[in-house]
Amino acid sequence: MVSNRHGATNMTALRAKPLMSLEEIGYTVFLGLLFLYCVLAAGKAVDPGFAFHATLGAIASAAGIFLIVRSYIDRDGRVEPDEINGKPNYNLGPVKFASIAAMFWGIAGFSVGIWIALELAFPLLNLDLPWTTFGRMRPLHTSAVIFAFGGNVLLATSFYVVQRTSRARMPGLVTPWFVILGYNMFIVIAGTGYLLGIGQSKEYAEPEWYADLWLTIVWVAYLLIFLATLWRRKEPHIYVANWFYLAFIVTIAMLHIVNNAAVPVSFFGSKSYVVWAGVQDAMVQWWYGHNAVGFFLTAGFLAIMYYFVPKRANRPVYSYRLSIIHFWALIFLYIWAGPHHLHYTALPEWASTLGMVFSVMLWMPSWGGMINGLMTLSGAWDKLRTDPVLRLLVVSVAFYGMSTFEGPLMSVKAVNSLSHYTDWTIGHVHSGALGWVGYVSFGALYCMVPWIWGKRDVYSLKLVDWHFWISTLGIVLYITSMWVSGIMQGLMWRAYTELGFLQYSFVETVEAMHPYYVIRAMGGILFLIGALIMAFNLYMTIRHGEAEKPAADVALAPAE
Amino acid sequence: MSLMQKHAVFERNSIVLLVGILIVVAIGGLVEIVPLFYLKSTIETVTGMRPYSPLELAGRNIFVREGCYLCHSQMIRPMRDEIERYGHFSLAAESQYDHPFQWGSKRTGPDLARVGGKYSDDWHVAHLTDPRSVVPASVMPGYPFLKEAPLKADRIAEDMKTLRLEGVPYTDEDIANAEADLKAQVNPDGTADELVGRYPKAVVRDFDGNPAKISEMDALVAYLQMLGTLVDFSTYDDKANLR
Repeated sequence: MVSNRHGATNMTALRAKPLMSLEEIGYTVFLGLLFLYCVLAAGKAVDPGFAFHATLGAIASAAGIFLIVRSYIDRDGRVEPDEINGKPNYNLGPVKFASIAAMFWGIAGFSVGIWIALELAFPLLNLDLPWTTFGRMRPLHTSAVIFAFGGNVLLATSFYVVQRTSRARMPGLVTPWFVILGYNMFIVIAGTGYLLGIGQSKEYAEPEWYADLWLTIVWVAYLLIFLATLWRRKEPHIYVANWFYLAFIVTIAMLHIVNNAAVPVSFFGSKSYVVWAGVQDAMVQWWYGHNAVGFFLTAGFLAIMYYFVPKRANRPVYSYRLSIIHFWALIFLYIWAGPHHLHYTALPEWASTLGMVFSVMLWMPSWGGMINGLMTLSGAWDKLRTDPVLRLLVVSVAFYGMSTFEGPLMSVKAVNSLSHYTDWTIGHVHSGALGWVGYVSFGALYCMVPWIWGKRDVYSLKLVDWHFWISTLGIVLYITSMWVSGIMQGLMWRAYTELGFLQYSFVETVEAMHPYYVIRAMGGILFLIGALIMAFNLYMTIRHGEAEKPAADVALAPAE
Repeated sequence: MSLMQKHAVFERNSIVLLVGILIVVAIGGLVEIVPLFYLKSTIETVTGMRPYSPLELAGRNIFVREGCYLCHSQMIRPMRDEIERYGHFSLAAESQYDHPFQWGSKRTGPDLARVGGKYSDDWHVAHLTDPRSVVPASVMPGYPFLKEAPLKADRIAEDMKTLRLEGVPYTDEDIANAEADLKAQVNPDGTADELVGRYPKAVVRDFDGNPAKISEMDALVAYLQMLGTLVDFSTYDDKANLR
C-alpha cells in the first residue's frame, strides 16, 4: 500500500510509539465482526449458494485484516507525507489497482457478451447446464461490463482526477484500498451469484440483499473519501469534472438504496423479496435503470471527458458557462426519463408521458455536453491525425452525441411502440456502451496508465491505431445488425395479411433474426480483439515503457 | 454573467454542491413515483386476483432465479397485433402481488402474461427440457435439470411470511397450511378442496408427469399454467377503469 516511501526526503510524522491509527483499528474491528458473522452464516446457511458466499466473505475479511496488520507493521509508525519537495504526493496505488482491474473485467465482460451473443445464434451453446444458460449469463455480462469494467474505470479516474485537480493527496491509510478492494469483492459476489442462480431478476440490479448491503457500505466510504479529498484542495474552486463525479456518487447511492429495498427471507439465506410490487416496482426499477445509465454511464464518464479531453488536447474546456448549464440541466432532466421504458404498459399514462417529454428535453443538455467536449479541440483538430488516443476520446464524444439523439427518438411513444421489446434497444445501448463508455474509458486508460506509472507515453501508438480501427469496425457491425434485426422484428410482429390475419408466427420472427445474431457476434469479437491489443499495449507500457523525465507539475485551469 | 458568478458558491463549497445535487436529482423521482402509491386509478379494481398458491410461488421463484424475464415479457400492450397474439392487454392489477414485477423489456421469446392454459403440461415439460423437440427454430436454452431437481418445499411458509410483511394478503391459515397446500397441488388423487378454497382457480395436477417426486419442473409449470388466468375478462369492464 505504501509506494514510494524510499524516495521521500522529508519523512514526517515519525511517532515515538507506533500505535495503530484509529482508522486502522476501526477497519480491523469492522472486518473482525464481519468475519464472525460470515463464519456463523456459513454454518447456519439455508442454501448452498449463501454458504459459499459466506465462506468467501469470511476469507476476504480475514485477508483484509491481514493486509491492514501487515501494512501497519511495514510502515513502522510512519505515514506517507502529503507533500514531497512542495509537490503533492498523490496516492496512486489504488488507482493502479483499479486500472488493471478495469482491463481484466473488461476483457472478461466482453468475452461473456460474445458467448451469450453466440448462444442466441446457436442455442446449443447453452449446454443445457444451469450455470451456462442465457438467463444466468446475461446478468454476468451486463454487470461485468457496466459495474466491473465501467465501475473500476470510474474509481480509478475519480481517485486520480480528484487528487490532481485538488492538488492534494487523498487522505486515509485504509479507506482508499477498502473502497477499491471492497468494490471488486462486490463484483465477485454478484458474478458468482448469478451463475449459481442467486439473483432478484431486476434488470441491472440483480445482486441479492447482502451484496447490495455490502455495496452500500463501500459506496458510503467512497463518498466520504472523495469529499475528504475535496476538503484538502489547494484550489478555491472545485473542478467541473468533480461536480460530475460527485453527482454520480450521490445519485447512484440514492437509486441503489431505494430500488434494492428488500426483506430477506432469512438472514442466513440468499433469497429476498423486494418491497415494491407490480406497477410501483416497475416505476422504481426504471427510475433506477435509466439513471444507472444517466449517472453511472453518463455523468461519471462525462467527468472523464471533462478532465481527459482538455488534458490530452492541451486546450482548456470550451465553455465554462456551458459546463454549468450542461451539469445542472443534465442531472435534473435525466431523473425523469425512466418511464419511457414503460410506454403502453400498465403504468398510468401520465407517468409515461412525463417520461417521454423529459427524455426529449434531455437531448439538449446531452448535446450541450457533446459540443463542450468536441469544441475543446478548437485549434487542435490536427492532433486527431497524429494522436490515436485523442481520436478515441473524440470519437467517444461523437458516439455520445449519436446515442443521446437516438435515445430521445426511441422515447417517443410512436417510435417506442415499434422499438420496444426488440433488438433496436440492444443496438442503442451498445452504441452508447461500446462507442461512448468504452471509448472514453479506453482513451482515459491510455492517457492515465503512462502517467501513473511514470512513463512518457503508451508503448505503441501504432497499436492504439489498430485498436481504434478494429473495434470501430466491430461497433459498426454490432449496431447496424441490431438496427436491422430490431426494426425487422418489430415490423414482422405487427404485419397483417390481406385477409386480416397476423402474417407471422412468433417463431418465424425468431428464425429471421439468425443472420443478424451472427453478424452481431462478429462485431463483438472484433471489439474484444481491440481490447486484447490494448491490454498488451498497456502491459508493455507498464513493463517496458520509456520512463518520464520528472517535469514541473502543471496545474489544470480551475473552473471559473 | 452575475448569475454565473453566483454559481461560485457551489464550486467553493463541497457540501453546498452535494446538497444542491441531492435536491435537484430527488425531484423527478418524487413526482413520478410517490403518486403511484396513493392515486386510486393506478391499480384497477378487478375480481379474481389473489396471491400465488405456495406451489405457484415456488415456481415463480424458479422463474426469477433463471432470469426468464430477460427474454420473455409479461406485459401485453394495448395494440391490435399484441391483443390478437397474446390476449387482453395486461392490467396493473394483475401484477399487484408481484415482488418483483416481471414485465420484462425484451422479447427474444414470446410474451408469457397469458400463457396459462394455452399449452398442455406435457408440452411445457417437453419444451422446457428440450425446446427444439417441439419448436425446431427455438433459440431457448434447455432446462433438463428442472425435472431432476427436487423442489425444496419445507421453507415456503417463510417466503409467504416475508411477502405478507410487504403487503401480500396471506392469512395465518394460508401460512400454517403452506407446505400441505404445496403438496396437495401436485397430488390429483388427494383432496384439494381446502387448497382451492384458499386459492380459487388453483390447478391441481401432477405437472411434470412424475408422481414419485415434487420437482422444480412441477412448480415452474404450475406457475406458467396460472399466468393470466385469474381475471375473468368476459366480465371485466375496460370502461369502468378508464384512466
